[in-house]
Amino acid sequence: MSILLDQNTRVVVQGLTGSEGTFHTKRNLAYGTKVVAGVTPAKGGQKWEDQVPVFDTVQDAVDDAGANASLIFVPARFASDAILEAADAGIELIVCITEGIPARDMATVYPYVRAKGAVLIGPNCPGLISPGKSNMGIIPGEITGPGPIGLVSRSGTLTYQVMYEMFTRGVGQSTCIGIGGDPIVGSNFIDVLSRFATDDETQAVVLIGEIGGDEEERAAAFAKENMDKPVVAYVAGFTAPPGKRMGHAGAIVSGSKGTAQAKAEAFEALGFKVGRNPTEVAELAIASIR
Amino acid sequence: MDLFEYQAKDLFRRNGIPVPDGKVASSPDAAQKVAAKLGGRVVVKAQVQVGGRGKAGGIKLADDAAGARDVAGQILGMDIKGHKVRKVLVERAGDIKAEFYASFLLDRSAKAFLGMVSSKGGVDIEEVAATDPDAIARVNVSPLTGIQPYHVRRLLFDGGIPKEAHKGATILLQKMYECFVNTDASLVEVNPMVLTGSGEVIALDAKVSLDDNAAYRQPQYEKLARDIPLPKQEKIAKEKSLNYVKLDGRIGIIGNGAGLTMSTLDVVAEAGGTPANFLDIGGGANAATMAAGIDLIFSDRKVKSLFVNIFGGITRCDEVAKGILGALEQLPNLKAPIVVRLDGTNAKEGREILEKAAHPNISMAPTMLDAAAKAVALTKGKR
Repeated sequence: MSILLDQNTRVVVQGLTGSEGTFHTKRNLAYGTKVVAGVTPAKGGQKWEDQVPVFDTVQDAVDDAGANASLIFVPARFASDAILEAADAGIELIVCITEGIPARDMATVYPYVRAKGAVLIGPNCPGLISPGKSNMGIIPGEITGPGPIGLVSRSGTLTYQVMYEMFTRGVGQSTCIGIGGDPIVGSNFIDVLSRFATDDETQAVVLIGEIGGDEEERAAAFAKENMDKPVVAYVAGFTAPPGKRMGHAGAIVSGSKGTAQAKAEAFEALGFKVGRNPTEVAELAIASIR
Repeated sequence: MDLFEYQAKDLFRRNGIPVPDGKVASSPDAAQKVAAKLGGRVVVKAQVQVGGRGKAGGIKLADDAAGARDVAGQILGMDIKGHKVRKVLVERAGDIKAEFYASFLLDRSAKAFLGMVSSKGGVDIEEVAATDPDAIARVNVSPLTGIQPYHVRRLLFDGGIPKEAHKGATILLQKMYECFVNTDASLVEVNPMVLTGSGEVIALDAKVSLDDNAAYRQPQYEKLARDIPLPKQEKIAKEKSLNYVKLDGRIGIIGNGAGLTMSTLDVVAEAGGTPANFLDIGGGANAATMAAGIDLIFSDRKVKSLFVNIFGGITRCDEVAKGILGALEQLPNLKAPIVVRLDGTNAKEGREILEKAAHPNISMAPTMLDAAAKAVALTKGKR
């Protein structure tokens, strides 16, 4: 098993015919992802690249192509609309790659999507991959393979780095999820950890955090109470000065709270191992299952 | 984006939040004029984006316009915790009966808005939160419903606000919430919110942070941003759309992706070096972006070496390699060593391109940790 995404997931891509949507959908298709539909308003009825039917609305993609997951590449100012449309059409898994969505929009979208019972990953995230089965988003499929480690992260390329460190040591992953670097994201560490906790294929979990907020601290407490399998952590941003935004909208330290130091200590205080760098956390994860 | 007090108060005024009469001034003469127009006693406040300006002598009272001129002269040009005072806000001084605290912000944990009110105002609220957390009322407001009368009642009663201030505070809190939502703020804070002798409740101070992601739909955003001075390097970065933060060290850093770049700073520090900056080039690894980035980093004279750390996902390492070489062609006078680490998509091709070019400045390292150690070693002994 993997979590959230597997070979049976039927994906509709919102914003398929745009340059981002086209580029990444080709890669996802080449990986084996079942992309069954695209949505671009006023382009309904076309066939994208002679193979994927395009619809005007997500509802049409659900009704006519049986889509149950949506991958969103639309620009920031239209993204909250796209997420709400997917949730209203009954999509179960919504993955929003788009960066730069205003926080007020996400604060409004979040409770609505939750009430609909849909799972939202992102925004401002690389998506997720269940290696060997399906890839939804922009994670490069070549740097991973199937295996026993679950991975959840707030970053993009840093996630790839850790995946690659494990892969070059011969260890693959069950599912890797980038939850996104914004202040409000659809799924937090705890949402993902609770799924890994009950996934048979996942023997250990790597959590990659960064400065800002207190999600890592809460994840550590959750894992202590609810996880029977090993969890190892890595936190980026030890050298980040307070008050400066480090790229991600969420990556800003205010006062003493939200520092990398505090987060790493929260894990260590509860007995979890914390890698000092991406290489070490990969080695710790591998050691934890041997 | 964090606003200055005078900018925040302008925003308040336009959103119907009561603030003292006053105006910003950048010279003692201008301060005198503002004070003369206001008449009577005034308060002159340093406009800096750092706490503790009162203790540092950045807030002074004056009895008349001539006095305002004098104290403005003392405050302008002051250095408050590394922030130079370029402007002062001159306001009519009022009598204060009681000081409170009020704010609305984005609550990341609850994924909703959060209102906070306390009768303990005019002091460091983080200190209150640490020593007397029950003195602060906290009420989450769902963006789906917006603020309701009961939200305000809970804030006032739980926050211990005296009854005589309820009427004024209710209006102020409702207007504050509207301002928070309408301007796409991530924080609107009033500390102190005061009850005056005549029974009014007004915002004596104002702190506002705006969500950069919403700039496109906030017509006032650009003008406000223009009035906030940035350090030289950050200004250039902004013009070139580079994601750059200046730090204080000697090793320049370029990475792709915010998380990996942060991690790169950390491994350099772990290897005994000091990172000079954060620069995330994202997917923009072409020669023009690289050249702009490298040029920007070395405009900081303290920088002695550069570490380029790329993990190719969508970004292709062969493009990065070409970008670095193209950048160096545009910067022929650059002498400093550059350590490059390439992994991921087309890493082999990228490394081959750099090996073949054999540029005297460039050296390569097989892993992120090796590259960090190398960059640190190359900086040692340099002044």
